[in-house]
Amino acid sequence: MSDRQEQGAGAPPGPDATELDRRRTPTAQMQEPGQRIGGGALLECTELDKRFGGVLALAEVGFTINRGEIYGLIGPNGAGKTTLFNTLTGIYPCDTGGFRFDGEPLAGLRPDQIAARGIARTFQNIRLFGNLSALDNVMIGRHVRTRAGVFGAILRTRATLEEEAAIEKRALELLGYVGIAARANDVARQLPYGDQRRLEIARALATEPKMLALDEPAAGMNATETLELRKLLERIRADGTTILLIEHDMKLVMGLCDRVLVLDYGRRIAEGPPREVQRDPRVIEAYLGGAVADGAVTP
Amino acid sequence: MNIFAHPRAKWVGFALIAIALIGLPFALASAGTAWVRIANLAILFTFLSLGLNIVVGFAGLLDLGYIAFYGVGAYVYALLASPHFDLHLPFWVILPIGALVACLFGVLLGAPTLKLRGDYLAIVTLGFGEIVRIFLNNLSQPINITNGPQGISRIDPFSFGSFSFSQNEIILGIDFSGPIKYYYILLVILLLAIVVNLRLQHSRIGRAWEAIREDETAARAMGIDTTRIKLLAFAMGASFGGVAGGMFAAIQGFISPESFVLVESIMVLSMVVLGGMGNVWGVVLGAVLLSFVPELLRYTVEPLQKSLFGRSIIEPEVIRMLLFGLALVLMMLYRPAGLLPSAIRKRELAKTDK
Repeated sequence: MSDRQEQGAGAPPGPDATELDRRRTPTAQMQEPGQRIGGGALLECTELDKRFGGVLALAEVGFTINRGEIYGLIGPNGAGKTTLFNTLTGIYPCDTGGFRFDGEPLAGLRPDQIAARGIARTFQNIRLFGNLSALDNVMIGRHVRTRAGVFGAILRTRATLEEEAAIEKRALELLGYVGIAARANDVARQLPYGDQRRLEIARALATEPKMLALDEPAAGMNATETLELRKLLERIRADGTTILLIEHDMKLVMGLCDRVLVLDYGRRIAEGPPREVQRDPRVIEAYLGGAVADGAVTP
Repeated sequence: MNIFAHPRAKWVGFALIAIALIGLPFALASAGTAWVRIANLAILFTFLSLGLNIVVGFAGLLDLGYIAFYGVGAYVYALLASPHFDLHLPFWVILPIGALVACLFGVLLGAPTLKLRGDYLAIVTLGFGEIVRIFLNNLSQPINITNGPQGISRIDPFSFGSFSFSQNEIILGIDFSGPIKYYYILLVILLLAIVVNLRLQHSRIGRAWEAIREDETAARAMGIDTTRIKLLAFAMGASFGGVAGGMFAAIQGFISPESFVLVESIMVLSMVVLGGMGNVWGVVLGAVLLSFVPELLRYTVEPLQKSLFGRSIIEPEVIRMLLFGLALVLMMLYRPAGLLPSAIRKRELAKTDK
């Protein structure tokens, strides 16, 4: 049963605390606990190329993200991480190759269609609806899972009013889920930086994604905030949402991700569990330069 | 105790406003029927501004050719209710048709232009407005559809059976002139328009418009089909224009392409901006002010000059434009978000101040 239907029916929350917790989560109903980790491929990317004029930003990048995974995407600046993100979410069309998400090809779809199919993203330089309240931001995230149209709005039909109430309730729940419930009525632009990052995650979760794609969520955060972010991401994953994470904070990536893909100059140079990737000479070379790499691998 | 905080204050306020609005045409009529007509035009322009507010205020799409939809609505009414084609459909049939046809034109304009933003969109819409006007001017050959620059005259007024809105009538011992009767029906339609505007603003669609205005890329990434939602704004705004045009044709009884020139588009846009884009009450205020103040000037400036200098030195029209320009400059300096700005616009402009 999808979340939306449940909201529409207006079922009251169960009294049981754990049940309540499960209900609050973004996609808890979508997947059985057993499926969460190692439940097969969610996103398959094959031989992806992306060119900007003469620059090959992505060259034959291929990878697979499994259901319930936290999949890291790292690489030096300019390696093509954000390009990959933008291609995946439909902002750039890809030249060759493509994605299959949940068994469906995504190539050629618009960003809104991709969001509707279950990929939600955040942006490297936070892109909230700055002049709107935090609550409104999250409510806008519900757009893709609701359907009231112009006539419903003008006539204020019962269905519209119920949907509107459900949207607001869900948005408030999500603000609580990411820990900024008290900020609901504050203007997004005036929130502290860390809260803006959280709000962006709440807005993305409001679209009920199967996969949450985060572009440097810890950028500019202090150690405490990063730790809180890590807890939040672990909780989102435990609740059944797969996560794709671009991040420069290596401690966060290495501690959080199940597997990591390393890009350099648009090419895939390594993939695997963080421990293995960390020791890969090509990765060390990409990050620290050739000469250092030789020394670093020799004990 | 603050009397405005009293729970009944709101209802007393509503009642006072209602009484004032009901009594207004009689007060104006005592100063001359012309003033009732001016009030009617003010209502019409308020209606029109509310339509443009959907496009400009809610969705943030600058439309400089909005008057074209007004023209389309007016011509639809004129063609379906005048001796020109000898069609005489009732107004409550034509107004929805006018809204639909204008809506269609809105989509026609919107579909090819939605990839454009800001200045580029403004230029295309400006061109569209002119195209419609030129068509109206020239569609008299080879088949005479619009009757060209001569326009269409003897357009039917609103009527229910034998009850015509254009004639004097004495009801309950009170003399209702044609314009006064129109005033009431226009007022009712305007109130409906205000309700529609407010409800749209606070709906799922209204939020999607806000999202697009704030950050189109983010809106798309959140699953909003921006093309569809923007088209919806164009279509809604155009329908408002179509209805207003129909009412205009009926009240005036005569229309020609001259009524749908670029200056009119700019006038309506000024009403929206002056009052406060995105705020329904601000837009209403802006439209009422810009409709009445120029007329007041027309009636005061010339007698004033005559009594001071013995003759008219500056044409009222010139003074009107001078004051209009001055008002715009003062607005930009002191209240850039409008007289009654929406909370969101205020924040937007506050940001650039920092």
